[in-house]
Amino acid sequence: MGIGIRIEELRKVYDTPPPSAARGGGFTFTPMRTAGPKEKKKKFEVVALDSISLEIRAGEIFGLLGPNGAGKSTTIGILTTRTQPTSGRAFIGEFDVWKQQVQAKLLIGVVPQRPNLDFALTAREILLFHGAYFGQSAKERARRADALIEKFKLTDRADHMVRGYSGGMMQRLSIARAMMHDPEVLFLDEPSAGLDPQTRLLLWEVIRDYNRQGKTIVLTTHYMDEADSLCERLAIIDHGKIIAQGTPKELKSSIPGGYLLRLRFDRVPDELLAQLRAVPGVSEVRSTDGTATDVYADRGGTLISGIVSSAQAAGVELRDVHISEPSLETLFLHHTGRSLRD
Amino acid sequence: MNWKTFYAMLSRDGHVARRNLVPMLMQNLLQPMLLTFVFGRILTTSGMMQMSYKNVLLPGIIAISMVLSGIQAVAMPLIAEFQFTREIEDRLLAPMETHWLAVEKIVAGMIQALVSGLVVIPCAWLLMGSGINLSFAQPLEFAAICLLVALLSASGGLTLGCSIGQTQIGLMFSMVVAPMMMFGCAYYPWSALASFRILQYAVLINPLVYASEGLRGTLAPQVPHIPLLYIIGALALMDVLLLVVGLKKFVKKAVS
Repeated sequence: MGIGIRIEELRKVYDTPPPSAARGGGFTFTPMRTAGPKEKKKKFEVVALDSISLEIRAGEIFGLLGPNGAGKSTTIGILTTRTQPTSGRAFIGEFDVWKQQVQAKLLIGVVPQRPNLDFALTAREILLFHGAYFGQSAKERARRADALIEKFKLTDRADHMVRGYSGGMMQRLSIARAMMHDPEVLFLDEPSAGLDPQTRLLLWEVIRDYNRQGKTIVLTTHYMDEADSLCERLAIIDHGKIIAQGTPKELKSSIPGGYLLRLRFDRVPDELLAQLRAVPGVSEVRSTDGTATDVYADRGGTLISGIVSSAQAAGVELRDVHISEPSLETLFLHHTGRSLRD
Repeated sequence: MNWKTFYAMLSRDGHVARRNLVPMLMQNLLQPMLLTFVFGRILTTSGMMQMSYKNVLLPGIIAISMVLSGIQAVAMPLIAEFQFTREIEDRLLAPMETHWLAVEKIVAGMIQALVSGLVVIPCAWLLMGSGINLSFAQPLEFAAICLLVALLSASGGLTLGCSIGQTQIGLMFSMVVAPMMMFGCAYYPWSALASFRILQYAVLINPLVYASEGLRGTLAPQVPHIPLLYIIGALALMDVLLLVVGLKKFVKKAVS
């Protein structure tokens, strides 16, 4: 039986710089903000999450998509007991993450944004001790560590200190470590950032494979294609708010006139443009040069017959058609007015 | 409380300590040995110090090495593991309440402090040569003081380790550790400060004073020292204080 996740009205305000910023802690020689002479010293405050609610179903691959600083990592931080919510509640299965930390921790595995491997140990020791922290017997953890080392192609350097590992190897080991205690829910914070395409595909396969065992997967990403091809459902998050959620398909079809049909004719008389605008479902027609025409519409292939008859009526020849499905990029643009990569 | 997890973390620290045994011994032993040789051998043999000074010095050296090694054993890894690599995160995610990880660090630090202190005794004894006159007539008091000092150094290490960042380690040594050693009554008994009244009372905030005086009181009771009861009381008080502050700081630092 898989484990679902519920987030209720979660809010997080940082009054110190968030954990990703290098913190000196204790005393610091460079004050965060220096107030003007008369102005009252302003407190450092960042609203990372602004009252979000979410439900992640047991056994699904759920994606949190958004630009840097949107609140994705904070959400993961709260769900993995590493960040205290300012208000609101989060549940892993039936356990309140903040109040029943130990029970929640037993159910989750976490792959952090930046590898936080134990540099004092070798790869194999990292897995073995991780298993021991979760109470596995010596025999069981040796067996599991061997299997994971094999699976993640770390056999050659399994007994080396991880200090000398490449970024990709560290990432693979981080995932292996998160799976070591066979958690019901696996969190991956930007798992494919900085990975080469081949390793990325391996990672996707590993994630799908783990999901097939009935495990719930939560990942954050700012790659559209990753969210699109990997996630069953998505929440798009920006400035600490969820701006849309649903399956990738639902989200894309929620944009009015989300389809783009790029057409090419032998010539484009004004009469043709008027004809095209009259086709039901077309929201906008733009002629970019003498032959190419972009048609924005709420549907794709079903418009072709209408376009062909418009062309025939105008006496022009249709030479090429390319249909672009609505993308998450256009969706994000639609909701926020800016590109996801900004 | 999940003892399996606690024990696994303790064995992880033990494993890492064993791997770094030689550099760790050098780090913990070299300085006390040099001090012992210069003050306990050269200065006494040359006649610049009386032979009985050896009895004043040895408990002080034990106190210094216990306190320093306990602080280092806890503070240094903590500072490194809380830096941007956040290495400690894998243990924070283990199925155990956050503060128990700090307790585990303290237990590991205490073991390291006790081992350093116990290793220093025979080494220093050998280095100082003849004329040393230690008493083991109060084993219970000695054990109690050793445990209290070990706890003091480990919880001090926790507090320090959670208060400063990597860039401030040098500053910590020159501003906290160095004055602590000099005014810790390790090289002289507390009574020797009698002619510096203000200083004599000011140093009482220094935990090393109680460590040195306590070990002196149990190992070399013939040397003047603060009464053991006061020492045990003061050590216990400081232990509790540093433990509470250290645990609070740790939990605050562990959770964002």
